[in-house]
Amino acid sequence: MARPASSMRSQITALGNWVDKRLPVTSFWRDHLSEYYAPKNFNFWYFFGSLALLVLVNQIVTGIFLTMQYKPSAEEAFASVEFIMRDVPMGWLIRYLHSTGASAFFVVIYLHMFRALLYGSYKTPRELIWIFGMLIYVVLMAEAFMGYVLPWGQMSYWGAQVIISLFGAIPDLGFISGEGLVDWIRGDYSVSDATLNRFFALHVIALPLALLMLVLLHLTALHQVGSNNPDGIEIKEHKDADGKPVDGIPFHPYYTVKDLFGVGVFMLLFAFIIFYAPDGGGLLLEHDNFVPADPLVTPAHIKPVWYFTPFFAILKAVPDKLGGVLVMGLAIVVLFLLPWLDRSRVKSIRYKGWPSKIALAIFAISFVRLGMLGIGEGTPEQLRESQVWTIIYFAFFITMPFISRMEKTRPVPERVTSSH
Amino acid sequence: MSENGVNKGRRRLLTATTAVVGAAGAGLAALPFIQSWQPSAKAKVVGAPVEFNLEPIEPGQLLKGQWRGKTIGILRRTPAMLETLPELQDKLRDPDSSEATQQPAYAANESRAIKPEYLVLVMNCTHLGCVPELRPEVGAQPFDEDWLGGFYCPCHKSKFDLAGRVYAGVPAQLNLQVPPYLYKDDRTLVVGLDPQAAA
Repeated sequence: MARPASSMRSQITALGNWVDKRLPVTSFWRDHLSEYYAPKNFNFWYFFGSLALLVLVNQIVTGIFLTMQYKPSAEEAFASVEFIMRDVPMGWLIRYLHSTGASAFFVVIYLHMFRALLYGSYKTPRELIWIFGMLIYVVLMAEAFMGYVLPWGQMSYWGAQVIISLFGAIPDLGFISGEGLVDWIRGDYSVSDATLNRFFALHVIALPLALLMLVLLHLTALHQVGSNNPDGIEIKEHKDADGKPVDGIPFHPYYTVKDLFGVGVFMLLFAFIIFYAPDGGGLLLEHDNFVPADPLVTPAHIKPVWYFTPFFAILKAVPDKLGGVLVMGLAIVVLFLLPWLDRSRVKSIRYKGWPSKIALAIFAISFVRLGMLGIGEGTPEQLRESQVWTIIYFAFFITMPFISRMEKTRPVPERVTSSH
Repeated sequence: MSENGVNKGRRRLLTATTAVVGAAGAGLAALPFIQSWQPSAKAKVVGAPVEFNLEPIEPGQLLKGQWRGKTIGILRRTPAMLETLPELQDKLRDPDSSEATQQPAYAANESRAIKPEYLVLVMNCTHLGCVPELRPEVGAQPFDEDWLGGFYCPCHKSKFDLAGRVYAGVPAQLNLQVPPYLYKDDRTLVVGLDPQAAA
């Protein structure tokens, strides 16, 4: 006999209360979704935060399933990946979702970072959000590099050889030397089984844990101060009688629905690449990586995957090993300093002067162009051009404090604008 | 000093000493994990010296083998090849092998070898570790107009002469490394041991 509906409902409410006394489910939902107010003027650029989360989930889920079939040993790794591709039911799909997902991750992250540059999302009071975001980016690069080593193809092996040998540029300081450090990282006198095995451990446990913790910090810091917006003004400065920001709308349902639409479009594009061009014509998975690793044969042209090539071009542009490594490191470190390099009175590019607009455009071009040059074979012409773009890359950061403070900015509106 | 029976000075001292000892303990506890990344006993055994038989190498031929996962090349140089060595002085970055890390003292001579005829090299480019190719042909090459023969790295276009000495103006900054080696007898060469060590 079914109980009356009203009694059923009251029992569910009672259960909810029982849980809420012990775990703050309702207040968490309220604080971070149903009554978390985000600016109402988010545009296209604001899709990429939630998409990054989606890709992270994709990488974790597909990664777990790949781990079930993959063998992290120099003897078996290559064959086990081919086994996944050919013999495991749907293995090819899970593998491509993971390997192409890595590229998707960087596409999303680069657009997400560019959004921050456009609208000054790194400026006060969001410096820590930016720092955590940059740490996520650095850990993600390590994660992607080590993941690329795991299939133990030619480019896995020689890419690892080149990247690890970068640490050999450190001079002998007595307590530490580049050569000692390189042996320590490899766990052998060359890239070997020991190296592969430890990279596997870092790739599937250590770095994903670090990534998740950093994502948590990134989001906690975000929810403490609230999102920036294309106008770069603080919605918390205009509140109604109930204390709700008048230019804010609850994240749920407004932005959950908007982001779901973005997810739909993204998945459509992602699926298209997975099914029709999973290796991106050699851009996402290099052809040399379909040949098993061979320490005796160097591929004619060693290059990293596309998302590292801007930094690789900077590395090659400097005609000195230690100098190249330092300048490349600096190219990443300088990004961390952005909140303190931008001295502008306004946040958003909409109200900055034309010098800032031109500087940002040229910087974006330099990053893309360096990426293209990093894929190239390194002819003298390409190296010279890389040097020019490297200087432009750094000029963006060096001139920023002056340009951003001295240029004439436009007046910022009191309230967010809706038509742009 | 004391408030409600609390001795704040003592409390601070205890907190500070506990923190310091705790931090030192945590630091020391990290050591075994850091040490576990060093090459294992097995890796060290595999890194043991390797013998090479010189008999089958024809003049001008390069024999490749492995030692510690590195490619070892033994080049049997012809008298013509050896004659090119003094001609390149101005084009090389370190013609006198003055970088002590790149060869044992007994190979820091003009031919960079114990016996000039046999050149022993670690065949990993000193730029980023690729394996340079032997390009013995003399004459114009796509990468050098008057090439006297030597090693050419396909990765980033570094050039080395027939003693593994690096050209100036290429990505590699150091001469190819000469590993420690000795002659067990006239026909057998051991890579991984210094001549004194065998005596």
